[in-house]
Amino acid sequence: MGTHHNSETEQMAPQQCLKVFIQRDYSEGTIVKFQTRFPTELEGRIERQAFEHTITKLNEYFAMAEKATCATYCEGCLACLTAYLIYICKETHYEKCLRKVSKFVAEQNERVYQPRGLIVTDPSMRGLRVIEISCLDRPPNA
Amino acid sequence: MGGVCRSCRFYCNGRLMTAPHSGVFILTVCLITGTSLLFFIFDCRYLAENVTVAIPIIGVVLFLFTMSALLRTSLSDPGIIPRATPEEAAYVEKQIDYYLEVTNSANSPTYRPPPRTKEVLIKGQTVKLKYCFTCKIFRPPRASHCSLCDNCVDHFDHHCPWVGNCVGRRNYRFFYMFIVSLAFLAVFIFACAVAHIILITRDNHQFLDAVKDSPASVIIAVVCFFSVWSILGLAGFHTYLTTSNQTTNEDIKGSFTSKRGQESFNPYSQGNVCLNCFHILCGPFTPSLIDRRGLVTDEYRLELTNPVITTDPILSLKSYGTAIKQNGQAQINTSNEAPMLYRQTVENIDSNACSITQLVSNEAPLAVAQKASDNQQYSSQPNLNHVYSNISPSQTSITKSHSYAQNINSEVDRQLGTHLKTRNNIEDLHLDPIIMNDGHILPGLNDKCSPDLNLDNDLTLHDKENSLLSASRLRLLQDTTMIESALDLDSIDLNNFRNK
Repeated sequence: MGTHHNSETEQMAPQQCLKVFIQRDYSEGTIVKFQTRFPTELEGRIERQAFEHTITKLNEYFAMAEKATCATYCEGCLACLTAYLIYICKETHYEKCLRKVSKFVAEQNERVYQPRGLIVTDPSMRGLRVIEISCLDRPPNA
Repeated sequence: MGGVCRSCRFYCNGRLMTAPHSGVFILTVCLITGTSLLFFIFDCRYLAENVTVAIPIIGVVLFLFTMSALLRTSLSDPGIIPRATPEEAAYVEKQIDYYLEVTNSANSPTYRPPPRTKEVLIKGQTVKLKYCFTCKIFRPPRASHCSLCDNCVDHFDHHCPWVGNCVGRRNYRFFYMFIVSLAFLAVFIFACAVAHIILITRDNHQFLDAVKDSPASVIIAVVCFFSVWSILGLAGFHTYLTTSNQTTNEDIKGSFTSKRGQESFNPYSQGNVCLNCFHILCGPFTPSLIDRRGLVTDEYRLELTNPVITTDPILSLKSYGTAIKQNGQAQINTSNEAPMLYRQTVENIDSNACSITQLVSNEAPLAVAQKASDNQQYSSQPNLNHVYSNISPSQTSITKSHSYAQNINSEVDRQLGTHLKTRNNIEDLHLDPIIMNDGHILPGLNDKCSPDLNLDNDLTLHDKENSLLSASRLRLLQDTTMIESALDLDSIDLNNFRNK
């Protein structure tokens, strides 16, 4: 269920430091999408392009997860026909996508964010409401 | 992590969960299994021997499907939105406070309660997001707080006591299939029981003998006859909701009905009836976002009781949500003390808004409604002049709240050139200054609450009090103050008043 990656990133995110939260963008409905506007708190800590790349990539993953393709419809119909017993044994398309997100976040953390003293928390750890970016070397009220 | 369901119970290593009160759910299960068992024991045997073996097979399949859907609905997570972590809550509070700072320094003499709604534009439709004091988040669109489960639920439909759970985004499809299959099952069993009795009468030529022969069939027929109507009605209603991609909550509130000439449509609709059905019943299935397997550690408990302490004194507001709501009484208490807490955070304690609240909470409701509105009329006028005095006459003709927002923002910006950062933060929240204003004039009026809606569970004392204002009074208020856009009177309010 992708909990492996989640717990890893969770452990890395420290409790006491400045945290920046990227809010959801609801302009296209309730699909999961995050705002790509660069937060002022991160000015000088990370390149604008790198940040935007991460967010757009995440948005792409979520769009993929929520996209109503033929495959997802078939999956839903099949689940319905089996009286939803299939969900016990099979991973859904959405779960696969969330696993990809966790993987991507972990990879980005390793390559881009950690060298700059930042850590991105997996949005699924925060209920897909926000992306939490922790600045490790700054106190909470900086 | 984050999502704590304080009142839910978890079973089987967190795989199964139920809402707090599951008594009626057990009744539902007993009723369905009991009737079906009677049917299988008495009617099925006779019909299989005399008519066809297909009857027990269809019966078993329908029964299993219904029970599976029922258990799925009641034992799965309806789409609970995890609560904000203390840091996130602090961040949101801080942004609201920044906002306060700016608007208060925009030469307003009195304190205004902080805005607790924010507006977002969804496909060109303005949608108001309310702040949830328990979960400490701005609720996503379509989400609502369930007081019985004490959680915000995504795509909140309603809390169904019969299945003992909220019906929300994650289990609506199960619920719908449950209702539909139960309707089929009930009709099927009823038809079989009646057929059984008719077949016996044909053999014996005596109705009373037939009843004596198989009393179970009569019981089954009666039970099914009385339950089938409500089930069919519910199935029809939910079919309508599914085809139009609405929730029961939105349908009752009339969220998407055109109001006062204002064009309104459902921004979540997929376009046509078939797509809506497919999307809701077979669309992508969101995984549960709460960590049900995780154990509540001592550290975590500590975190809940002592939120991370920051140096900003205004952040004492965080203490809101920690009060555990168990019943309606407690809820009213928490919401009642909310404005009090706010007042402590600013120097201007004896503001108008404050005295009105005290009035409201100390007197009989009807009298208060009168008084409050009178007071507000008088008190709001001078402040309004202050607020709008910065705007040049040519600009005042613009009535859209957003353009006001821009004007005010730009004014503020000019005045406080140093507050550039602050302004960015406001934009981040999409807080609309107009909301501030009506928060000041009529605290809580902009909440789309009406007292007879049980679905909306977070009626604060304020809302209840304010909803007592009659429609005509609101009109008067509007006309005298000429702040239609600022008041942001939802016609839902007006509609509800008219209905009374």
